[in-house]
Amino acid sequence: MRDVAIIGVGMIPWGELWEDSLRTIWTRAAVAALEDAGVDTVDLITVGCMSSGLFVGQEHLASMVADQLGMPGVPASRVESACASGSLALRHAFAEVAAGLVDIALVTGVEKMTDVDGGAATYTLGTAADQEYESFHGITFPGLYAMMARVHMAHYGTTSRQMAAVSMKNHANGLLNPNAQYHLKVSIDDVLSSTPVAEPLHLLDCSPITDGAAALVIAPIDRARDLAGRRPVVRIAGSGMATDTIALADREDLSRLRAVELSAERAYAMAGKKPSDIHVAEVHDCFTIAEIMTTEALGFFGPGEGGPAAEKGWTALDGRIPVNPSGGLKSKGHPVGATGVAQVCEIVNQLRGEAGQRQVKDARVGLTQNMGGSGGSSIVHILEVV
Amino acid sequence: MKVGIIGYGAFIPRRRIKLEEIAAVWGADATSYKRGLQLHEKSVPGKDEDTITMSVEAARRAFLRSGGVEPERVGALYIGSESHPYAVKPSGTVVGEALGITPVAHVADLEFACKAGTEGMYLAHSLVKAGEVSYAMGIGADTSQGAPGDALEYSTAAGAAAFLFGADEDRILAEVVATYSWTTDTPDFWRRVHMHYPRHGSRFTGEPAYFRHITSSAKGIMERTGFEPKDFAHAVFHQPNGKFPIRVGKRLGFTMEQLETGWLSPWLGNTYSGASPMGLTAVLDIARPGQLILLTSFGSGAGSDSFVFRITDRLPEVQELAPITRVQLDNDKIYVSYGQYASLRGKIRMGE
Amino acid sequence: MLSPARAWREYPQRYRLEASRCTECGKISYPPRVVCPGCRGRQFETVTLSREGTVVTFTVVHVPPAGFEGQAPLILALVELKEGARTMVQLADVPDPSQVRIGMPVRLEFRKIAEEGEAGTIFYGHKAVPA
Ligand SMILES: [Zn+2]
Repeated sequence: MRDVAIIGVGMIPWGELWEDSLRTIWTRAAVAALEDAGVDTVDLITVGCMSSGLFVGQEHLASMVADQLGMPGVPASRVESACASGSLALRHAFAEVAAGLVDIALVTGVEKMTDVDGGAATYTLGTAADQEYESFHGITFPGLYAMMARVHMAHYGTTSRQMAAVSMKNHANGLLNPNAQYHLKVSIDDVLSSTPVAEPLHLLDCSPITDGAAALVIAPIDRARDLAGRRPVVRIAGSGMATDTIALADREDLSRLRAVELSAERAYAMAGKKPSDIHVAEVHDCFTIAEIMTTEALGFFGPGEGGPAAEKGWTALDGRIPVNPSGGLKSKGHPVGATGVAQVCEIVNQLRGEAGQRQVKDARVGLTQNMGGSGGSSIVHILEVV
Repeated sequence: MKVGIIGYGAFIPRRRIKLEEIAAVWGADATSYKRGLQLHEKSVPGKDEDTITMSVEAARRAFLRSGGVEPERVGALYIGSESHPYAVKPSGTVVGEALGITPVAHVADLEFACKAGTEGMYLAHSLVKAGEVSYAMGIGADTSQGAPGDALEYSTAAGAAAFLFGADEDRILAEVVATYSWTTDTPDFWRRVHMHYPRHGSRFTGEPAYFRHITSSAKGIMERTGFEPKDFAHAVFHQPNGKFPIRVGKRLGFTMEQLETGWLSPWLGNTYSGASPMGLTAVLDIARPGQLILLTSFGSGAGSDSFVFRITDRLPEVQELAPITRVQLDNDKIYVSYGQYASLRGKIRMGE
Repeated sequence: MLSPARAWREYPQRYRLEASRCTECGKISYPPRVVCPGCRGRQFETVTLSREGTVVTFTVVHVPPAGFEGQAPLILALVELKEGARTMVQLADVPDPSQVRIGMPVRLEFRKIAEEGEAGTIFYGHKAVPA
């Protein structure tokens, strides 16, 4: 297996992009990544997208966007694992490059969510849950995480305030990210007094509906060294994926995210790292409780310690383990299929020392964790400067 | 061969609306309505309750009192209602499937204004008596419709009663001693297809319709059986409001004592096809062995079915095995405002 | 949304709460499965679940999804039935949502869950009500 590095990142400003379509946002992000990498041809395109079918009625997406980039002929495939689709696009491309099937791969994630109304968007996101036995009864995504939050609160004494601290911190980070959807200062009281969405979660505990795309270019490490110039070379040290039951009814312990634990275990083993080796992390904070639970599952904190850690500022930019310096899904936005790819963009920026005002000091090893649905899948990548 | 009720059950939705709440919206005088019609409050179905769901729950309760009759041995199922959720597609198939009665069963939906419930009972009893099936179930259920502001709005309610009939000597709770039906063509109340609410002949619904049919049917069955009013422990008549069943009962020679147990309408309202059947479940909940019971329904259009039941020694053994009708009526109530009621009953037109 | 055929094939489990019990390890799966999640066994017997259970966790949804408009707040609960199987259901007939608790005893009742608009089919199933 060959060592693989990330040689280009492409982000665009996210938000409600009324002037843009799925194809234009995707193409802009792809072009940005190619320019950053300094390459103009690729051997493979992967696209992470949860539901272009329901959001804009477009399937056969990979061929369509390859053409938009002026690259018909290049092998292209779309992968899907709900909100973890973006990381899956990286994992599959990584495997092909590492195996020597292709050399340079363009890894992309995209979701155009605002072309449908709120009800339809909620419904589409809900299709990541068990349609026959969860969605049938009217449960929503905030509802599923609210149910986990309720158990976590009962089990560990986690509080609404601790969850609100996650939102406050991620919005503070987002203020420093020009690409973030929301540039808002949010206080704990703002969160607690915001509209209840699915109790105990408030509106400001939830990530928004976002249009967005992100892209990466990956290559064998030798090629990366040639192209890097004076920039640090960022290697993919570990990739781990795991699944779990998608129906909450089938899970034994709702206070844990088993897929996150397993995917982390596998990524740490492959990278030869442990939680304390990680300098910066981007995790899947689709809801504030999710950041608390994932930071526990990743081993940054013990079971039940994620809430207090957030409240004490241990996950802030200058904390023990800075989490979501980009603003996370909460502030940067959550265009479902693009999220995992954008997480990797942020970590690459951090490891290259190119993260501007939100730069985490001396970050040399970083981690991304991207989750599908209510924890039915999770993908962890560990990146390091070599 | 003795044939009778071997299981019974009732279901009443928990929501209620007080008569004052309705009167206030239409500028009507609540006190005179309460005195005139003897109505205080009525049950209101939730958005998730309809003839099918209430029938399933009432029927499950009937099975609980049946001494373990397996649903697949029930050969016929009839649902009487004027609020079947579908105009075309049976309620009975859903109910049968949910109960496990299908597929080897004769299933049909019935409609005859407020007597569709007793029609189902009549057919179920007759099929068992004829030896066509071992067990048969008749259900009366309605989420009654009344137009906003109409006098009916003060009474139209929701509820269901289910009766399992059989001929197993050791299972019979109330033996059917006799049946009698009295029917004419009398246009006192109707609802045309595609109409949301029924219309009625106002005072024409009284003497020529309700009173004439019930008295004729009740007198007919008493003549046929040789019983007199004093022979009955309880009598139940269709109850479109609080006033009519007492007036018709007294006119026939019954006392308040005989009438009060099955008299649910002042607090339940008119559950149409469920009305007199639920009065019967309330009576069965407290009846004692050997007692005689008279049941006379009334359905506009018009007709009245009468039954005479004789209570067996077994009834007291099963009374407590499922929810008591009166307990459901008097407890765990959730009161709604007229606004909530209008929303629940689909009386608010939504923009398309 | 569901189509009539898709709803129809689930009737045994939705209407009668039929589940499968693995003849190898005894684990009950609701809805029934082809492979046992406990031991990967493939032999099952059909069991009917009781309609009594307790609330494992719950939420009060204030922003309902398409098809449930006008029903807010919607209380959703994960209920563990007596046999140990869990199921996601709505919690109905609760006068005050703030009174719902983990561990609260509930009973399942047959209710209308959703419909394909005014002209389409109606989907029935179970909801939990306070026991
Ligand atoms: Zn097994």
